[in-house]
Amino acid sequence: MTNEVDFPSWEVFTQVKPGANYVHAGAIHAADKKMALQNARDTYTRRGEGTSIWVVPSESIVASNPGDKEMLFDPSNDKIYRLPTFYTMPEGAKAI
Amino acid sequence: MMEHNENTAVQEVALSAFDYKMENDQAIEPRDEMPEGYRKHLIRQMSQHAHSEVIGMQPEGNWITRAPSLRAKQILLAKIQDECGHGLYLYSAAETLGISRSEMIAQLHSGKAKYSSVFNYPTLNWADVGAIGWLVDGAAIVNQVSLQRTSYGPYSRAMVRICKEESFHQRQGYEIMANMMRGTADQREMAQDAMNRWWWPSLMMFGPHDSSSPHTGDAFKWKIKRQSNDELRAKFIDKTVQQAEVIGLTIPDPELKWNEEKGHYDHGPINWAEFQRVIGGHGPCNTQRIAHHKKTHENGAWVRAAAAAYSAKQKSIA
Repeated sequence: MTNEVDFPSWEVFTQVKPGANYVHAGAIHAADKKMALQNARDTYTRRGEGTSIWVVPSESIVASNPGDKEMLFDPSNDKIYRLPTFYTMPEGAKAI
Repeated sequence: MMEHNENTAVQEVALSAFDYKMENDQAIEPRDEMPEGYRKHLIRQMSQHAHSEVIGMQPEGNWITRAPSLRAKQILLAKIQDECGHGLYLYSAAETLGISRSEMIAQLHSGKAKYSSVFNYPTLNWADVGAIGWLVDGAAIVNQVSLQRTSYGPYSRAMVRICKEESFHQRQGYEIMANMMRGTADQREMAQDAMNRWWWPSLMMFGPHDSSSPHTGDAFKWKIKRQSNDELRAKFIDKTVQQAEVIGLTIPDPELKWNEEKGHYDHGPINWAEFQRVIGGHGPCNTQRIAHHKKTHENGAWVRAAAAAYSAKQKSIA
């Protein structure tokens, strides 16, 4: 079985309980969508870790470059007016 | 020439970002620049770890059809399925370093990639299944708990997931041993015999002594490894001796003695010649383990071909 080509890789995201956000669990290989869901279930949810699964072809994930970290995220550091603690509440007023 | 200089400059900047992360205990992620040696070390270690999980299914799989009760059979099936899952977590984590699954399997088959030498010993009877869960998985847990803090993000995350699942493995093995020690004289003898055969190979799982471990330097510098072979081995011995005493098993080491000063047990010499012999391919089951993996992989070829054909057909319809 030389030169055998691997099935495409899929990233797996699981939802721990209804209403929770989906969290990356890892990756699996599968030939098609149905097999991807099945393999994700067998590999990452053997102990009731999930109520729902997403599988996404790994090649469809677009990731930011670590070198762009400052360009992407630093500007938010000088916009502290986006945080509620920036504002002074009048004395005696209760928070909503 | 100009281009070469620029590349060198880029490489230096990237490496210093790596050093910064190392110094500040930040995880390295797949898209980060990393020294080639770091990448190679991880590929070797992670693929070896994945292969160990997968090959480790064989000695236990040998006993599924002969488990002494339906309960024992269900537990053993679940444990072996976990080992398979752990192999898959680790293969996909290793793939983030730029090696493919089929390359790793080819390296296993050619002997270029190793797996834990402990799986080259045979499981002769049911007590061996207990001893593997208790001792081999026990040793693996000590190592893997430490690896949860390894510097490569995907490896660390796989370890966290594995550790959550692994403690059941150790407990089910200990339960088998405890039950046998409460049984007939023959059963107690079987349990002790399995203990005698698995104790030393389990200690060898931690690798050579710190004074003679060839890869220790880089692994520590890069924070891939956080505790040394001897530290981890001592931790395993301390915990296991206590568990053995509780159920009445004897550790097969006449030199084993509590060392008050060190706060650990001292143990007798490990037979490193045997360790090297087994790693070198001359253990009782090396040939059998790889032959079985190859055969199973080849037997599955038609399933993979069918799945690929079905996938191609679905795409042509859509």
